This record gives sequence, structure tokens and C-alpha cells, in this order.
Amino acid sequence: MLRATSTDGALFVNPDPDEAREFFRRKSRKMVNKVMTVKEAVRELVHDGDYIAVGGFGAIRIPTAVLHEIVRQRKKHLGLSGHTATHDCQILAAGECFDRCDIAYVVGLEARGLSMASRRVFERGMVKAVEWTNAALAWRYKAAAMGIPFIPARVMLGTDTAKYSSFKEIECPYTKIKLAALPALYPDVGIIHVHRSDVYGNCQIDGIKISDEDIARASKRVIITTERLVPHDDIRQNPECTVIPYYCVDAVIEVPYGSYPGNMPYEYYSDEEHLNEWLTAEREGRLDEFLEQYIYGTEDFYEYLQLCGGLKKITQLRNQEFLIEGIYT
Amino acid sequence: MSYNRMELMICVAARNLEDESIVVVGTGAPCAAAMLAQKTSAPNLTVFFEAGGMGPQLPSMPISVGDSRTFHKALAASSMPEVMETCQRGMVDYTFIGGAQIDMYGNVNSTIIGSDYHAPKVRLPGSGGANDLASLCWRTMVMTQHTRRRLVEKCDFITTPGYLTGPGAREAAGLPAGTGPYKVITDLCVAGFDEETCRMKVESVHPGVTRKDVEENTSFELLWDDNLGITEPPNEEELRILRNEVDPYRYIIGRA
Repeated sequence: MLRATSTDGALFVNPDPDEAREFFRRKSRKMVNKVMTVKEAVRELVHDGDYIAVGGFGAIRIPTAVLHEIVRQRKKHLGLSGHTATHDCQILAAGECFDRCDIAYVVGLEARGLSMASRRVFERGMVKAVEWTNAALAWRYKAAAMGIPFIPARVMLGTDTAKYSSFKEIECPYTKIKLAALPALYPDVGIIHVHRSDVYGNCQIDGIKISDEDIARASKRVIITTERLVPHDDIRQNPECTVIPYYCVDAVIEVPYGSYPGNMPYEYYSDEEHLNEWLTAEREGRLDEFLEQYIYGTEDFYEYLQLCGGLKKITQLRNQEFLIEGIYT
Repeated sequence: MSYNRMELMICVAARNLEDESIVVVGTGAPCAAAMLAQKTSAPNLTVFFEAGGMGPQLPSMPISVGDSRTFHKALAASSMPEVMETCQRGMVDYTFIGGAQIDMYGNVNSTIIGSDYHAPKVRLPGSGGANDLASLCWRTMVMTQHTRRRLVEKCDFITTPGYLTGPGAREAAGLPAGTGPYKVITDLCVAGFDEETCRMKVESVHPGVTRKDVEENTSFELLWDDNLGITEPPNEEELRILRNEVDPYRYIIGRA
């Protein structure tokens, strides 16, 4: 097994629940209109050096517009929770926006292959890395959401993943079994794309929630992009569907098709062609050009979507989502 | 009826899933195996995906373990904590994991290639859910190509626990008792794990494959079952369902 060095075992975020309570004590409970633009949200709520967590699952229900804007505003030295991070990691790696990362899953885009740009930042030591697992990061969010300093779990034990991680082992006071004490993870900023939100930030998500209920509660500031802004009454008519309550949320931005090129359940499927174009540009050393065209050279997400085929493309992806075949070629 | 090695591997994996059990799968071959099992020997198999999809009626092969297909007409569209906690509670029977390297104890690497963690030759994705699932599900299976670079003497990094260093090591590390690697299904053979030594033990070689072929493509010393058999090839029914219903676009079976 590998030798661990002194740089291993970093905790990028303080798990102290009392420090977090002091922050949350002062966090506004005003139910006010929080609608703003993506530009404003990133300018005001994401600062150089912040630790961020991204909702969704890599290329499913991701807040693409905010990720692009972080790159466009050239935010630097971010910490990243690499929880199921695929296309989101790829975007932020392309902008060289982060320099430390809690890794559960990065670099890859599942069956689509590895991102050369993501590989580069990790292989060249541009990012300080600590190893975790998907469940470990999910439970670290959960510990933070619960307001406790750690949560015990039975994963990671005995492996190199543990050696290059930063949790401590504990003995259970009741059963005497060994446990991984996973430290609470309180991100500075959580960024989540949802199906519906009112102007106050009461949010509903259809389909799987992944870890977003906990990310929204664990994060000190939360930016929501939503497929649709809905009247406040719509939320009250189906309160059992509310996943994120307004008091967690700092900014709400209506971004239709906002998970593109990712999949948005019950709305549109992922654009595999565009994701492949991105991977190919990386592989062929054309990433700078690609970023210039799609991110730095565009004003906002609407312009990006237009470049990628606009409503016509989205219509195709909607048909794919609903398994309607034979309409497009 | 002729078949390719991927089809054989998927059929073998499917037969290893008991009816009325629960399995967590990813995309690709394991997902195809679970879908085939549901249409053949295990109609009441419940399939979970780690992002929260529980018991979908898969309309087609998902691209991601979190995409819409993974909860199409599902029992529940839940969350990652819900799936992982169900595994930790002891209610999930099987899982499949993948990686770049596997050793004789079934330890798997999906983190780095190279000897220096801080300057790896290749940075791979990391654990994802693999470490969690292989720590918590009762029986872990691996489907892999059988080459010396994949079946290695020593993993560059142990991402996911097999039997670690041998008998008793999982329990000593704190992992739940009674869990661990169950089968390794390669394109040359099917292996289990020896009860006494926890080392990989070949149970059957695929039709047309010799013991020497297997040995030459493995970087560590394999154990051999006393009753070494020949893997039962896919039957017509399995192939028909696999080709027509499970993977009609040949996304997976076309890779062989």
C-alpha cells in the first residue's frame, strides 16, 4: 500500500457545529423576493477561496448556468466537493477555478470516458486532493444538515481511500465496533438546480433527490436555479413536494433548460453529442478555443443554449426524455 | 448459437442473481445483467441505482447511474443516502463494481495508476460509490476483461476493499462481517474466493479457454477449484432476450 504524507488528511471545512450555529443564527429568515440574475448571484455569493458543493449527479439536474458564470467571472482558489462530479467538475476544471477537492468521484464522465482537462488539474498537482466516497460525502452533508460534528459509518475502512482521507476512526461506545467518524461538511456555497421554485426559494424537485436536501441545509449560502418560477400558492398547494425551504436559500434564478447539456428528469434528456464534443475538444487540445466559443465568448446561458441548437435541440432532447421515437433524425 | 464474450459474461452474471433479492448496479454490463436476470431467472429481482433510483422498469440502458431511466416507472425515486443506508442496514444482497485493477483478494483500484499519489500517471475517478457498496452489500461481484494489467499482483491503490490482506482482515478493519467479494466474471473464466485463504479461485473456464490461457493473463497465482468446470454457455433464450430486449442497440454487447 502507499505511503501517506503529511499533506494528507486535510479538512478543508471546519466541522464545528457551534461555529455553524452562530452562522445560521444570523442567517436571514425573511421571506423576501430573492430573484436575481446569474451574474449577480455569482458576483455576490461566490467569493474567491469559497468551498462549494454542486447539486445533482454530474450530468443530471446540474446548475450549468452558475457553473459557467463561475468560470466566466474567473473565480479562483475555490474548494470543491467532488461528490458525483462529472460534467460539473469538467466545467470548473476547465476554468481552473478550484485548487482543493474532497474527492468521491471526479475526472470521469461515467461511461463517456475521462475528461483530459479534469485529469490535468489533478495529475499536475494543481489541486490538493483528499479521498472520500459517494456515501461518505453524502453523509458528511447529512451530519452538517443535522447540526452534529460527525456521523459514524461503516465505509472506507481498511483501504487506501481511508489512508488518503481525513476522517478519524472511533470505537462505538455501545457495541465496541470500529467506525469511520465522518466530519460534518458545511460548504460556503451550495448550488442546486430544481424543477420549481417560488420567488422566496421554496423549491420542489421531481424524481431522485440525490443529496440535495442535505446540501441545501448544510451550505451557508444557497444559490437556486429553477426550470420555472411558480406562484407562491403553487408551493402551498403541494407542500409535501417541497424539498428545500426558503430559509435555506439566498438567491433564486429562473433558468429554463438550466441543466443542459445534462439530463433534467421529466423535462429533457442529456445532450450526448455536445458532451462528446466537449471531451473531443479536450482530447484534441482545442479546449481554449472551445471555452472561448461557448463560455468566455457568450454573454449568458441563453446565448450558450442558442449556440448549441436552441429550442430545436431542446425539443429533440424532450422527445428523448419521453421516449418518443421517430420524430427527429 | 454463436455468442461473443461480453454476451457470455452478462449471462453468467445474470444467473448469479437470485430471485427476490436486491442488487445495486451501475451502468453498462452489470445493468444489462440485472435486466436479463429480471427477464429470465429472477423476475422479482429489485434493482437499485446509487443516486436514488429504486426498482425501475428500465425502458432502455441508462447512460448514467442517476439519469431518468434509473427511476422510470420505479418503486421509488429516492436519494443517495436512502440507497446507501439500505445497504448499510444489511438489506442489499448484491452489488457489481468495476475498476482498473483487481488483486487476488478482490481489492479493487479505481483511483490512480502510478506509484505516487500526488503525481499519478493517470488520475482515475476515485471510489464513487464502489467502496461504499463493496463495504456494505452482502455479495460483491466484479466483471472485467482478463489481462495481466487488470489482474495484478498488487493494486497501485486500494480504492475498494476486497478481503484486504486475507482472512479476518475485513472484520479487523471494522467492515461488516459476512460481506466481501463473491464472484469475478472475466472474459476467460469465472472465479470465486477460497473460504480458508480468501484468495481468488477459478471455478470454471469459458468454452474454448484453457487453464494456461487464464494463467498467462493473470499477474498473480490463482487457486483452482478441484471440480474445475467449463462455463455453461448462453442458451438461445438468454441470447434472444439480451439482443432483442435488453441491449437492442448493442451498446454493451457490441463492445466485445
